Amino acid sequence: MPLLEIENLNITFDTGDGTVHAVNDLSLALDRGETLGIVGESGSGKSQTAFAILGLLARNGRATGSIRFDGDEILNAPARTLNRIRAERIAIIFQDPMTSLNPYMRISDQMVEVLTLHQGMGRRAAEAEAVRMLDAVRIPSARERIRLYPHEFSGGMRQRVMIAMSLLCRPDLLIADEPTTALDVTVQAQIMALLQELQGEFGMATMLITHDLGVVAGFCERVTVMYGGRVMERAPTDPLFERPTHPYTRGLLNAVPRLDRADEAMAAIPGNPPNMARPPRGCPFRPRCAFAGEDCAEMPPLSQAGPARQRACHRTAEEVAA
Amino acid sequence: MTTPLLSAREIDVTFGTTRPGDMPWTAPRKLRAVSGVSFDLAAGKTLGVVGESGCGKSTLARALIRMVPASGQVLWQGDTDLLSLSPAAMQRYRSEIQMIFQDPLASLNPRMTLGEIIAEPLRTHRRDLSRADIRDRVRRMMDRVGLLPQMINRYPHEFSGGQCQRIGIARALIVEPRLLICDEPVSALDVSIQAQVIELLQELQRDLNLAILFIAHDLSVVRHISDEVMVLYLGRVMEAAPAERLYAAPRHPYTQALLSAVPVPDPAVERDKRIIPLTGDLPSPMAPPSGCVFRTRCPRAEAACAAEVPAPGPGPHRCACLFPGTITADEVA
Repeated sequence: MPLLEIENLNITFDTGDGTVHAVNDLSLALDRGETLGIVGESGSGKSQTAFAILGLLARNGRATGSIRFDGDEILNAPARTLNRIRAERIAIIFQDPMTSLNPYMRISDQMVEVLTLHQGMGRRAAEAEAVRMLDAVRIPSARERIRLYPHEFSGGMRQRVMIAMSLLCRPDLLIADEPTTALDVTVQAQIMALLQELQGEFGMATMLITHDLGVVAGFCERVTVMYGGRVMERAPTDPLFERPTHPYTRGLLNAVPRLDRADEAMAAIPGNPPNMARPPRGCPFRPRCAFAGEDCAEMPPLSQAGPARQRACHRTAEEVAA
Repeated sequence: MTTPLLSAREIDVTFGTTRPGDMPWTAPRKLRAVSGVSFDLAAGKTLGVVGESGCGKSTLARALIRMVPASGQVLWQGDTDLLSLSPAAMQRYRSEIQMIFQDPLASLNPRMTLGEIIAEPLRTHRRDLSRADIRDRVRRMMDRVGLLPQMINRYPHEFSGGQCQRIGIARALIVEPRLLICDEPVSALDVSIQAQVIELLQELQRDLNLAILFIAHDLSVVRHISDEVMVLYLGRVMEAAPAERLYAAPRHPYTQALLSAVPVPDPAVERDKRIIPLTGDLPSPMAPPSGCVFRTRCPRAEAACAAEVPAPGPGPHRCACLFPGTITADEVA
């Protein structure tokens, strides 16, 4: 049984501009200890998927379908059930740690609160555990710095604090939503190395949500590529990068210049991302796709294409890769 | 050798800052945001300025156009020092140097239509033009940057990020500047849109013989667009060289650490990659380390680095390090 199993997830938002279909018919599975990358640009639905897992959708959002965690249905579960799962079994870290930490509380109080609330620990034991966790994420002189407020840390150190906090209850699943996007590249490298190391140590599964293909290439075992609220392609990391078979995956890889190559052409994808209040009929990538035809007005199903690879495209893999 | 379009000589920017609890009469503490930065930029060429947050790259750009007070010299075509001009005399050069910003929506007035936004610089700098002339130029510029004529009466919030950046580019280029300063022009945009904006900038540069000062933290994009690259750390030039040389054979330990940290979208490359780790955090610019400012995080630092500020030296490949050269595997282990 997979640790997390999402089936036919649909997320809609009622807005003044009409109903926005943020996620359409999404299915995915994640095993224990596995790292899955979810790649997409703004509006692809990648973050809303994470919010739906944790019951954190905005008030005007509605989710249907099924999300099973360790066999139990958790989609739209009551807060009482979710509160046991959140933090204890599924933790999440966000792009901007400053907005996730309480600016009025010392780090020590915020971390102790998690442990007393969820694990019933006494204050002294909880604080010792919190210091141990700050040590684990390499915060120098953790014993003293645990008394500081969030603003007294640098961006990278704050993200370390967030990671330490998210791991306090030893979750089975860590969702990292653009964890390094706000950080400088040298700090990003430190944080990704740390996450990799902690994953080895704690054995949790990780869902890494990002727009950065480079970060995914270095961290994930499998990748799901999303566009306009739908899965375009999914495959193990190596074959996906070696031979992208969906026009969008291919376009995305061609659009980023590589540091290790001189004079590499940078091929833009023409057009703009879809307006999700008025998405194009059929495949959302159709208006920007070089391979689009009449048949693309109907959404192609996500179908098996070789071992462990799925793709949603009317054109064959050979046609796209050529 | 031809005279560069712009030559910066020993640019210094110092801010006075106060801390909570300081009395009104407490002398402000000095924060040196940019320190002794020099470079040349020729017409039609691109200088990339890279560095992490707080390295002074945006402040440097603002100093060049006198948005912050600076000392040193900014020579326009080798003879006019922009920093010593009177405000009235400076006005003439403002249309020669234009700027585009990181957040395309925030840099556009939400109450102005696209047409008004693009026309505004003409109304300021080209009082001689008739309304019909202005309208005509705005239309042509819109077409040039890929905006449709029917968009002219729309407001900024009706456009996507990529389109807003096109509006920003049109507004900057309408007065026919010879230097365009781009401060993180694509970092707020989606990956698929970044390439569109870069392509547009390169095309405009070729057609108009524009000089571009391209400030960014994305080293891959900078490699792609730049002829020359300058690496800043804590307000100082660490290394500057022709782009290909800098990326193929970086000499400064900081440049090497920076380049080693950039993720490459290729799992095979990522697996074999050796990152040069930088220990600790960026020091406070209020109290920069003595000698070389990078020494507190440098894998190669020695006692001499604390005593002496290394000079970048002359020549096309400048490197401000007492012990330059390739960092070996043993050094980082």
